[in-house]
Amino acid sequence: MEFNLKIWRQKNAREKGHFETYHISGIEEDASFLEMLDILNEQLIREGNDPVAVERGCQSSGPVSFDHDCREGICGACSLFIDGRAHGPDDHVTTCQLFMRHFKDGATITVEPFRSPAFPIIKDLVVDRSAFDKILQAGGFISVRTGSAQDANSILIPHEKAEKSMDAAACVGCGACVATCKNGSAMLFVAARVSSLALLPQGRPEAARRARNMVAKMEELGFGGCTNTRACELECPKGISIEHIARLNREFFNSKFAQ
Amino acid sequence: MAEKLISKIPDGPLAEKWTKRKSELRLVNPNNRRKLEIIVVGTGLGGASAAASLGELGYNVKVFCISDSPRRAHSIAAQGGINAAKNYQNDNDAVYRLFYDTIKGGDYRSREANVYRLAEVSAAIIDQCVAQGVPFAREYGGYLANRSFGGVQVSRTFYARGQTGQQLLLGAYAALNRQIAAGTVTSYPRHEMLDLVVIDGQAKGIIARNLVTGKLERFGAHAVVIATGGYGNTYFLSTNAMNSNGSAAWQCYKKGAFFANPCFAQIHPTCIPVHGQQQCKLTLMSESLRNDGRIWVPKKMEDVMKLRKHEIKPSQIPEEDRDYYLERRYPAFGNLVPRDVASRAAKERCDAGFGVNETGLAVFLDFSDAIKRLGHQRVQERYGNLFDMYFKINNVSPWEEPMMIYPAIHYTMGGIWVDYDLQTTIPGLYAIGEANFSDHGGNRLGASALMQGLADGYFILPVTIADYLSHKFAEPKTDVANPAFDEAEKAVQARIDRLFSIQGKEPVDVIHKKLGNIMWEYVGMARNEAGLKKAIEEIRKLKEYFYSNVRVTGSQYEFNQELEKALRLEDFFEIGELMARDALNRNESCGGHFREESQTEEGEAKRDDANYMYVAAWEYKGEGKDPELHKEPLKYEFIEVKTRNYKD
Repeated sequence: MEFNLKIWRQKNAREKGHFETYHISGIEEDASFLEMLDILNEQLIREGNDPVAVERGCQSSGPVSFDHDCREGICGACSLFIDGRAHGPDDHVTTCQLFMRHFKDGATITVEPFRSPAFPIIKDLVVDRSAFDKILQAGGFISVRTGSAQDANSILIPHEKAEKSMDAAACVGCGACVATCKNGSAMLFVAARVSSLALLPQGRPEAARRARNMVAKMEELGFGGCTNTRACELECPKGISIEHIARLNREFFNSKFAQ
Repeated sequence: MAEKLISKIPDGPLAEKWTKRKSELRLVNPNNRRKLEIIVVGTGLGGASAAASLGELGYNVKVFCISDSPRRAHSIAAQGGINAAKNYQNDNDAVYRLFYDTIKGGDYRSREANVYRLAEVSAAIIDQCVAQGVPFAREYGGYLANRSFGGVQVSRTFYARGQTGQQLLLGAYAALNRQIAAGTVTSYPRHEMLDLVVIDGQAKGIIARNLVTGKLERFGAHAVVIATGGYGNTYFLSTNAMNSNGSAAWQCYKKGAFFANPCFAQIHPTCIPVHGQQQCKLTLMSESLRNDGRIWVPKKMEDVMKLRKHEIKPSQIPEEDRDYYLERRYPAFGNLVPRDVASRAAKERCDAGFGVNETGLAVFLDFSDAIKRLGHQRVQERYGNLFDMYFKINNVSPWEEPMMIYPAIHYTMGGIWVDYDLQTTIPGLYAIGEANFSDHGGNRLGASALMQGLADGYFILPVTIADYLSHKFAEPKTDVANPAFDEAEKAVQARIDRLFSIQGKEPVDVIHKKLGNIMWEYVGMARNEAGLKKAIEEIRKLKEYFYSNVRVTGSQYEFNQELEKALRLEDFFEIGELMARDALNRNESCGGHFREESQTEEGEAKRDDANYMYVAAWEYKGEGKDPELHKEPLKYEFIEVKTRNYKD
């Protein structure tokens, strides 16, 4: 297969970015999207289009930087906006689990980083998602000291509740929800954590506080508000439902009444 | 130098050793803990749980990871589960049995005392994780569910669908976040440790590269903990994450920490087969699938040929023409034999010509019986996400046709040598989780890596490290202007400058692939003397080639993934060579290490306890010099050492 790749190139957070177009051929149908980018990078390295070359007037600027790690769809590192969709044209996958058989031979594919004011660009397709860590630091935990836990079976959790909690806990923290949302809201991300813990008896004592603090931190960090467009749910690689946003809202209002 | 290998195993009965050691260990007063600084490198299960627990105790912790967030560490990809001797199933499980299974599974090449302690603390891990909100699978009555894993005859594995590693890591990461918010832990994401700083023989800090700015930064501490995982990516193609590497551990080795049993690498039997030349990563399908999946190849060569030409589908081959070779060869354990045994059996069938795909390197893992027996709903609950993942990658539904699998490099049992306190041969330097060598011997059992990472991080290291720190609080904070930091930083800078100066034509990955081919060919599932010698020679040649032909694009002071990869590959060459050297020295077959010279007539692995019942600990002697081998004899006082038997 062959493709024209229109890729966002940006040297760092301070400099202006632009699109570059590359042609690539000889790609196997079973290759993953990131393997295709590996091959492109190999080509770019061999051509020697490094930043030094760019200063000498060469158009492209070395291999394309992109975040990736496990390539099994679980670490949440990969974060590409492909043809206008977070993680590309397949449903409920991360970019690393997207395969070239989903594209038409000869197609032009547009590749951008996840865009959000809260995710500044580091280089090319790599963004800084440390805002997510900060939201979780504001309350995305249960306060239990190492070694102070009782026997695990002394907390009984109905099968359905555990399953529902697990549905929310499947969030990989990739940021597709933010990149997709027209408001740049992180509600689905926050809701996944709040809801997962609120569904469990261990998570109840801090449930209201957790919801209040995490939402406040989300707003402080420049994420937008939720207007229920449900775009996040469609693009979430783990298919996390917006029913968890409803649960977050419930916990959030409870916390306000309690105050 | 033999006196350096003091294992510090406490005397007394096996079951009392850990209690005894804990009562001997010195403590640090809470007021003094905040004066003490500890560096933790790595944020997987070991690193995150250690950093969080040390922070809770009141130490000043700095935690480093190469990813953009601690949550991305590769522990997250563990699928199947975590073992614990809870005996919730009433199937006569016990601490002793988990200990025994682990020692036996490791083919009698791990320390009795360490393994017993691991089994002893296993139950507390589950308690801790449940309290943190880890949504383990539950029965309808609300009690915890269990499943079974390879190499055992009880059900002691706790799981959260096929995402157990993710859920445990999110638990440890949450505990870490709580400490970061409390100010006891400072987090340094996108930082890569490039050297260890040793002052007066003690570990006192690290040199790290800020992966965003490219600057080299100095960090001092009273002690350093390495939790950076294994070195499986030496093989290029493995189930490890793309960025997993052995460099932090390797720099410790070069600063004097002994490296133990490097040749013990685990080859996991159930991975998705290689699909073509463009592949860079192999995907694991959880071992838990072997609970209900049956492994087979056709009995008739004509069926094999038809499969390869896509003339028939596997489901069309009648039952009587299928060779369920694990059930045939190992009736007692069947499809649940340990990983090394299952991998070699797959290789044996494929070598005999029965591989079921075009490359001849694949066998079937079939769920049709399980779907009939359990129904769609139950199978969906147990393995649904794994089936989806398989379908996404291969475009074949495991609901209709069996999965195709083949062994791949997955985990390294070898690692930095540590004593019973998890301290390396450098005072003040500790190694935990996959980065150390201590608990799995020649082969790790499934669902035990998560157990070890969390045992070390939550319950063992935070206690043992106090003994070392107990007389350090009066010492001033480590001054990063110390000449040892200058020297270490200069050495790192020289490495970086050299890489940029080469300006050849070859991308780093292309050369890494070549190293991977050498390793898989000669230091893979079957090894022999001639091959291992050849591997050493070829690796050296390739390293020379690298230093005159690699092209590292860009510059140091920017986000530069090519530079990151080149620095790691430099270390992979050396790790690969030491693996081959260790494999050459160990002329026996044991666990994942199979020497063709040492096998029974039936082709089973033959251990040589008379000559090799020791830990091989290698000491670095300088550039271009041969490392020195030290032997820590393994003594079995409480169990009888036997030939592993999974047949009856």
